[in-house]
Parts: sequence; structure tokens; C-alpha cells
Amino acid sequence: MKNHAFRLYRHYISINVRSAMQYKASFVLTILGQTLATVSTLLSLVFIFRRFPNVKGFTINDVILCCGIVQMQFAAAEMWARGFDRFAETVRKADFDRILLRPRNQILQVLGSQFEISRIGRLIQGILMLVYGFLKAGISWNFMKVLTLVHMLFAGTMLFSGLHMIRASLCFFTLQGLEFMNIFTDGFREHGKYPLSIYGDKFLLVCTFIIPYALTQYYPLLYLLGKRTDWWLAFLPLLALLFLIPCFLLWRIGVRHYQSAGS
Amino acid sequence: MIHLENVVKIYKVARRGTGTKETLRAFFRRDYTEIRALNGLSFDIQDGEIVGLLGPNGAGKSSCIKICTGILYPDSGTVECNGFIPYKDRMRYTREIGVVFGQRTQLFWDVPVGDSYELLKDIYDVPEQKFRENLQELTELLDLQKLLMTPARQLSLGQRMRCELAASLLHDPKILFLDEPTIGLDAVSKLAVRKFVRKINEEKKTTVILTTHDMQDVEALSERVMLIGKGRLILDGTLSDIRREGASLDESLVEFYRDMERDDQESGDAAE
Repeated sequence: MKNHAFRLYRHYISINVRSAMQYKASFVLTILGQTLATVSTLLSLVFIFRRFPNVKGFTINDVILCCGIVQMQFAAAEMWARGFDRFAETVRKADFDRILLRPRNQILQVLGSQFEISRIGRLIQGILMLVYGFLKAGISWNFMKVLTLVHMLFAGTMLFSGLHMIRASLCFFTLQGLEFMNIFTDGFREHGKYPLSIYGDKFLLVCTFIIPYALTQYYPLLYLLGKRTDWWLAFLPLLALLFLIPCFLLWRIGVRHYQSAGS
Repeated sequence: MIHLENVVKIYKVARRGTGTKETLRAFFRRDYTEIRALNGLSFDIQDGEIVGLLGPNGAGKSSCIKICTGILYPDSGTVECNGFIPYKDRMRYTREIGVVFGQRTQLFWDVPVGDSYELLKDIYDVPEQKFRENLQELTELLDLQKLLMTPARQLSLGQRMRCELAASLLHDPKILFLDEPTIGLDAVSKLAVRKFVRKINEEKKTTVILTTHDMQDVEALSERVMLIGKGRLILDGTLSDIRREGASLDESLVEFYRDMERDDQESGDAAE
């Protein structure tokens, strides 16, 4: 059964990619736009670091590394959890009815309904920043550090996906005013360029215990950069996965509400 | 077999006045109006029947379909379809039903129709052999040969409806729900759809539940007609129970509704 689910998911992706390829110009332009956005992000970093040699102990190379990681987390979530990101439309067009009419897990169907291949541009730019930062920051790599990076990317992607899922769940109750959720996704992509400690202790505390961004960014980053050497920092990102539990519960409540209230 | 007993479905609708002041007030306190979409609906449908669900807009037809297909929970009452409780046994029950909404599509917009069918095969776990057989049969019956390679967005409404019908039957459902399947179709497509539904019902013994506003659909397809009004079953019989001397079916139906309203009012007056 698990195997079937995976095969079905692959099939969904393949259809989505084929759909996207029907609009090649749009695909190219989207990627171009993302590239420009990335360039402007990088330029803003360069200008700031011209004035200040370092920000709270982080050099520009450290920040580019951090920026690349967050960019990848965000892009991967937008790519594979696009169905949740765009869920308002699904509810508005009553397409969720169709999901309920099929003998498959609802979350799998939502994920499969939209796979945004054009985010691959942003993903690749993230990788380039990561590689650049990694080469320049003079990190001595070993197995544990690679593991840390993998954990960061995985958990960060899941965290962003969870936030998309929360917004999607809210769509079951109202379709109005959900833009405020962008603060948590796009907002963090912006703030996440810098290691979260630069915004002060209170902010860091919120980002540790309420929405655990810092677990996938700041703390493991310290380990990557060799500023701290505690081994458990490598596994800290996985703790952020706990955030998915309330997301999942909220989703369940939303579906239940939809089935009792109609659209 | 489909069995509904005393099914009640109540929607809470936020009521809001017009104007800035009222809108602001609604922001802090919402008043809800209860709408009884289904108000004690009961009926039984046997295997292999074609049943036409009729009723004016807002009578509860869609709610009825949504409850029978497991999209909605009823507030009270019993629903049992083929031994399943639709809203509880969703995963197993939905394998046995096919649903077509005339106003929406279940095909992927930008890929050839055949690709959407391949995906449905995986969604419903249809064995390869069975899938090929069904697809071939449906292609012949609905004349889909040329359409399979066409992206859904390029299909005309009539072509799309034929493709939708095939999509909902690839997994051999025992019950087929058709919600306004002929809406907006030209005469040729309407006839094709009707002929096809008849054929499927005769050959595969598929139970068909159909909602429509087109009286000719009902005339052509269903011996049994259920008239729903204000969330209740008003009439369970045949078209001849509705038809009146010297009037068209549409006119007869309008008169039927009018009588219903009057009866309602009179009984209301009597109660007072």
C-alpha cells in the first residue's frame, strides 16, 4: 500500500510537470524572475556588508550560506506543498469535494494536485549560494556536518510545508484575510537570510519554542560554522518536526468542519 | 442498495446586513440563520435502478447527493449505501461509486484526457487488464478515440462531458451519481449522454442517480422519479404522476410546485 502511494505520488508529479511544460514561456519567465529576485537579495547583502564587516559575529559568507539554506527550504516547500499553498482556490472551486470522492489519503491528493516545478529555479539558486558560502566560509566538512545540513534542509522544508498546511486548514473556515499567514512563510524567508540571533533574544525565543524556525536555522548553523561543537545540535532540526503535529490536527479539524458545514 | 431514513442536514449561514455599519457589527458578532437543506428525507433505491431526482433550486438535491457520496455528514438520520456508511467508510465506499458533476471537471486541464485516465487507474488501483478492457469499451460507446490525445482544456462542453462520464466509470462503480450531466449541452451531446447512461445501466446493471432540470432527461432515462422540495420527499413515483392533461412536463412540474407551496401555506395557516 505504501508502495502504491509512492507510485501514485510520482504519477501526480509527472502529470504536473507535463502540464507545466505546456506553458514553456511562462516557465522560463518565472525562473528568470526568481533569478532577478535572488540577485537583488545578494546585492542587498553585499551593500550591507560593505558598511559593516560582520553582523553580530557573522561574516557575509556565513550569511550567504544561511541565506542559501533558507532559500532551499522555502523553495522545496513551495514546490512540493503547492497544493496547500494554493488551497483557497481548491476550496473556492469546490474541488475538495472531488478529493473526498476518491479512495485515497486526502493529504496525498492535495500534495499531488499541484507540484510547482518552476520553483526549481529558486532551489538551484539556493544550492549555488550554499556552495559559495560553504567554499568561502572555510568550513571543514565531515560526516556530522553533512548530516546537519541534510537535517536542516529536510526539517526546514517540513516546517514551511506545515505553515502552508495551517493556512490551508484555515481555508475550511474562511477564505478571507488569510494573507496574514504570509508573514510566517514569505516573512521568514526574508528574515531568515540572517541568522536569527541578530534580531534579539525575544525574537529568537519565539522562533525556538512557538514556530521553531531557529531549530532548522540558527542553532545548527552555529554547528556548521564551528562556532559551537555540541554534537546534539546536528539533530536539533528534527525536533522542529514536532511542529507538524498541531498542523496535522488542525487539518483534521478543518476537514471535519468542511464535511459538516459544506462549502 | 441505497437507504436513507429521516436524514436531516442543517446549514448555518452567517447572516449579515448590508452597509458599513452592519458589516462592522458582523465582525464582532455573527448571527446565524439555520437552513434546513434536508428535513427528514427518507427513501430506498434498489440495485440497478435509474432514479431521477427533481426539485427546484435549493430544494436539497445537491445536499442529498453530497450525503449519499460521503462528502457531507448528515446532522441526524441513517444513511447506508451498499452496506457502507458513506461518510464513515469513505475509503472503501468511494471505490464503488462514480460521480459526475456537470459543472465541474475531474480531468487535468493541460494534459491529454488519456493521461488523466492513467492517473485514475492508479488512484483506484484498477488492474492493468481490467483498465484496458474498460477503456476500450468506454471509448467505443462514447466515441472517444480522437479525444484521448486532446488536452481537456481544448474540448467542447459536449466532448468533455463524454470524457467525464468515461472517467467516472473506469473503476467499474456499482453506483453512478450524475449531478446535472446535461447542463449546457447541445442536442446531439444530450442524446449521446442519455443513450450512454441507458446502455451502462442495462449492460452493467449500474445503479444511476441523476439530478437534472431537464425533463427530457428524466423522460428518456428514469422510470422512477423522486421529487424533492424543502428538504423532503414530496413524490416518489413515475412521470405520469406529475404529468397533467394538456400541459408539457415543465408546465406540469411548475404547477406541481405551486400546489405544493399552497398546501404548505394552508397547513401553516391551519396550525396557527
